[in-house]
Amino acid sequence: MPGSVTVRIDQTGCIGSGQCVLAAPDVFDQSDDDGLGIVLIPEPSADLLPGVRDAVERCPAQVVSLEE
Amino acid sequence: MTEAAVCPVMHERDHPLQPPVGFAEAVSDGPVKMLWPNGVEAWVVSSYAGVRQVLSDPRFSTRKGGHPEMRTDEGEPVVDADQPGNINGIDGEAHMRLRRPLARGFMVKRMNELRPRIQQIVDEHLDVMEAKGAPADLVGSLCLPLPSLVIAELLGVPPEHQELFQATAREMFGKNGSKDEYIAHATKLGEVLSPIVAEKKAAGTNDDMIGLMANDTDFSMQELIFLCIGLLAAGHETTSNFLGLFTLHLFEQPDQLEILRRDPSRADVIVEELMRYTVGQLGGVGITRRATEDVEVDGVLIKAGDWVSVSLLANLDEELCPRAEELDLERDAVSHLGFGFGPHQCLGANLARAELQIGLRSLFTRFPNLRPAVQVTEMSYRNDMITYGAAAIPVVW
Repeated sequence: MPGSVTVRIDQTGCIGSGQCVLAAPDVFDQSDDDGLGIVLIPEPSADLLPGVRDAVERCPAQVVSLEE
Repeated sequence: MTEAAVCPVMHERDHPLQPPVGFAEAVSDGPVKMLWPNGVEAWVVSSYAGVRQVLSDPRFSTRKGGHPEMRTDEGEPVVDADQPGNINGIDGEAHMRLRRPLARGFMVKRMNELRPRIQQIVDEHLDVMEAKGAPADLVGSLCLPLPSLVIAELLGVPPEHQELFQATAREMFGKNGSKDEYIAHATKLGEVLSPIVAEKKAAGTNDDMIGLMANDTDFSMQELIFLCIGLLAAGHETTSNFLGLFTLHLFEQPDQLEILRRDPSRADVIVEELMRYTVGQLGGVGITRRATEDVEVDGVLIKAGDWVSVSLLANLDEELCPRAEELDLERDAVSHLGFGFGPHQCLGANLARAELQIGLRSLFTRFPNLRPAVQVTEMSYRNDMITYGAAAIPVVW
């Protein structure tokens, strides 16, 4: 789909800081099992993108990515 | 790429809420080598990008790192590098093994569940403060007891051992701490914690942090006890200092305090900006890493084996946000380094956020006319530990 984006978390490096959840609570959550970041909406709409970009910037483990 | 001259580390401040005199000038031209009074020599990196690089690049090791002054007179870290459970002194997979189960205990939603209890503790302390009447010392009335009670509850440790937690924290985070004193306090604390851990293990519960560590991880008893000591100590010193410093900055900038008073519901964003600004204004040098191979940072070649410290001034770098030297509580939250960066970023950050947001909002809602009883510059400040804060904050309302 033209213009679509994909959000990913590389869980191998995730430290479960929850920064992505603070930056974009609609898009990210932390797993109840291990506290690691999970993506709730892998292809978020445009209005959610500023929060996602913030999450990419804030993630201390630099494991959140946005492919545009 | 010539090596910069070695300059001494400064501690003296013209104003208690501003960076040490001459520090910004000394570090502004990129990484410089600085010499600590205890003989440790380290590069100081102070750009926003440089600090992010040092704290996240795996070529910088945290082994025997920490703050250059968190050492004995002989220059050795107070806590042994091989201490089991020394989460701040290990890298890579060994660090992740300890970090991840703890991160689960500090999850955002878990911290949000704690908020009503934090609010209750804050309200009770403000009730007492109000009943006793002005003037009051804000540090003793709220800043110190709040994080200390919360971390004890989160771990599941009776709060009556508070003094022991504090004494251990003083050696652990003290400047030129004593290894013997530290070991004495930590041993005593270990004796308090061991039966609690055994009890949680027997019960098989994981509803508090010790239960979680005892029953949901492969941590050894030694690791578990040391991690508890670290969490209790860290939970004491940092948040209490910041709650006090935030209040003092607001006293000094009434236009900014007005922004909080006008809309206390923005406390979450306001705390992020206060964190950025306050850490930046502390200035000076933060945590230290050691290069395991040659690495270029901000155009300077850091050689394998060299120590590198990050400057807290990175939070005031224009690269992070415009007018970075100003406190602007109307600003959106930015990606500041107040809780550090990289895999060792503050484990308790989300707990600290909740405490600071609730504490600050409740304080100025309860006492809209809260003001310092003496000049901020006349108050006494504690500089004996690597953390910094007001020893007492006399207030009236």
